[in-house]
Amino acid sequence: MVSFRFDPVTLPASTLALRDEVRAFLAEELAAGRFTPHRNSWGTFDAEFSRRCGERGFIGMRWPQRYGGCEASALDRHVVIEEMLAAGAPVGAHWIADRQSGNNILANGSEAARASILPRIAAGECYFAIGMSEPDSGSDLASVGMRATRTDGGWRLNGTKIWTSVAHRAHYLIALARTAPPGDDRRAGLTQFIVAIDAANGVTTRPIHNLYGAHEFNEVLFEDTFVPDDMIVGEIGAGWQMVTGELAFERSGPDRILSTFQLLRQLVARLAETADARSNVAVGRLVAHLVTLRQMSWSVAGMLERGASPELEAAMVKDVGTAFEQEIPEIARLLVPEQASLTRGDLYGEALAQSVLSAPCFTIRGGTREILRGIIARGLGLR
Amino acid sequence: MSTVDPNNDAGGDDLRDMVLDAAGRLFADRVGRELWQATEAGEFPRADWDALVEMGLPRALRAEADGGAGLALADGLALAELAGHHALPLPLAETLVGNHLRAGLDGGVDDGVVTLAAADSRLQLRRVGSGWRVDGTLDRIAWGRHAAYVIADADADGAPQRVLLAADDLDWRHDASLAGEPRDSARLADAPVLAAADCPVHTPTVQHWGALLRALQAAGAMRRALALATDYANERRQFGRPIARFQAVQQQLAAMAGEVATAGTAAEAAARAIAADRDAALMIAIGKARVGEAAGRSAAIAHQVLAAMGFTQEHELQYFTRRLWSWRDEFGAEPHWQAIIGEHAIAAGGDGLWPLVSGL
Repeated sequence: MVSFRFDPVTLPASTLALRDEVRAFLAEELAAGRFTPHRNSWGTFDAEFSRRCGERGFIGMRWPQRYGGCEASALDRHVVIEEMLAAGAPVGAHWIADRQSGNNILANGSEAARASILPRIAAGECYFAIGMSEPDSGSDLASVGMRATRTDGGWRLNGTKIWTSVAHRAHYLIALARTAPPGDDRRAGLTQFIVAIDAANGVTTRPIHNLYGAHEFNEVLFEDTFVPDDMIVGEIGAGWQMVTGELAFERSGPDRILSTFQLLRQLVARLAETADARSNVAVGRLVAHLVTLRQMSWSVAGMLERGASPELEAAMVKDVGTAFEQEIPEIARLLVPEQASLTRGDLYGEALAQSVLSAPCFTIRGGTREILRGIIARGLGLR
Repeated sequence: MSTVDPNNDAGGDDLRDMVLDAAGRLFADRVGRELWQATEAGEFPRADWDALVEMGLPRALRAEADGGAGLALADGLALAELAGHHALPLPLAETLVGNHLRAGLDGGVDDGVVTLAAADSRLQLRRVGSGWRVDGTLDRIAWGRHAAYVIADADADGAPQRVLLAADDLDWRHDASLAGEPRDSARLADAPVLAAADCPVHTPTVQHWGALLRALQAAGAMRRALALATDYANERRQFGRPIARFQAVQQQLAAMAGEVATAGTAAEAAARAIAADRDAALMIAIGKARVGEAAGRSAAIAHQVLAAMGFTQEHELQYFTRRLWSWRDEFGAEPHWQAIIGEHAIAAGGDGLWPLVSGL
């Protein structure tokens, strides 16, 4: 009945060598002043940085060479992502395409879609957004109302997507739409489409500013937007299974552990002169959490590499990991008598402010805490 | 992160599975209310201990030539997790590691109970002729009154020195853990030392070994508490349905599962670190600190789910949770280990933090 496992992972020498390579790349980037590490890593859009990652082969790493990948292992990809996030690198432009959209297209897309899109993603030139949530469909994703109707050579989409991060700068999104009216099984009749974000094709993006004034997410409106048949992802009506399968990749990565790592780093630096018994205990507790969560996240990467689908374990990593991310600012502010400020100009105060202001979204994006715990409860045999 | 695989030997895996399967069956057969209550009443269940001895479990880490199973360290330590999972009320974990450490002291092994000196013990060694004498106190030693030997790190003119002491001549003052297991103290005055390590002790210390055992045992007990709580939630009906159907209950148990999974990961990582002799002191600190935190949270949730029933002598949950509450305190509670980790991290500095964390 209690059926979760977090087997340890042994990192091959090639993965450790890759870690050194990524560190060297990031050190060069930093030395050249090309990014500011204390900002929100995967929330920072920097197309030039993404292109340089593409040149180095750091995007779409697991994909076949004919689609621009390096046929690397899940462990290799994990080490690259982890190093990027730990360094605070601005990976936001290619983030969604690399983490999930590209994998989805590779696994379920048409040959035309793979050939035309994947090499551009891997080059760091093509960016994606996620078209799942709608104004009336958040956690209850099966209730999506976007309609897709058959037309000559493809489908026409009508409806609205929301909370669509980087849609205003992305080239495509993958929209989950209804291709058949909801029947007894609400999860049937849903299909995924690759949609070019193109105003001439009836796609309009409207900014939604978040609570600290940043423009990351959007509302995206679709009016008779045409999608050719070869941009359908998978079988018609099989969208639900694909969406849930994708989530194991989305939920267990280092991005669910390291969102406030830059603050922890600044906190540790700030305590160098003033550490006392209390701050040692508080920092030690956070580091114990981080080291253990990292083991769990790596373990899931190992399971993905072996071809398993560790959905329960991935949900656990995200649930525990995001709670940890949220705790860092709450503890930091008790240890350093300094107010959070985005504008005062010191690294610690800015990292604290960033963390406090962005923390609420950690347990919302990619599946709320409540939905994740529902998945875990199902895994425990409670529902 | 482990970069060497201590389990890469297929023969070793078979042996490990065989020993763990047999031990699991033995624990399931023998451990239950009767045994728990007998132990709490102060009795040493000799027949049950003899069954463990007969199976070779207390010396499983010793070489075959010493009558042991020759289990690899990481594999043998899995017995501690399993013992915790069954709330085994016998000093198997202590004796397993005690016999392992004894190999580096007098090299002897027998069927007696070996126990480990907890952190609060204070022992001073004195040279007398070619041997040693010892003075000081042994504080809250697990199973002290039933032990044949105690292994401790004593102070020899400022340098720690590991010693093997005879336990049966000591005048033990009886006390008990929250789970009713013996935790006894003794005063030593000019007491003999059976054997001393011939060089000063470095890490892992006896306290590290003890902390690792408690982390593993607690991880096992938490795994069982989660099973008991989920089973109960599926059986207990209120408002016309099993309480497992209520989201309020599901959310709590899901949170508990996260703690249990985290504790298991942390404890096993510490065991692998000591087996690979790689960052063992720090990984044990992390393991004990993280497991200790999870123990309290998990016990609280399990009791909330079992409600009044779990708060009685009737239900077996309490044999696991009372052990969790004891074990999290023993060999250093969370702040002791967190302070060590924190000092380490702060010394590494802001730029050194990630290299430190990612190197583990």
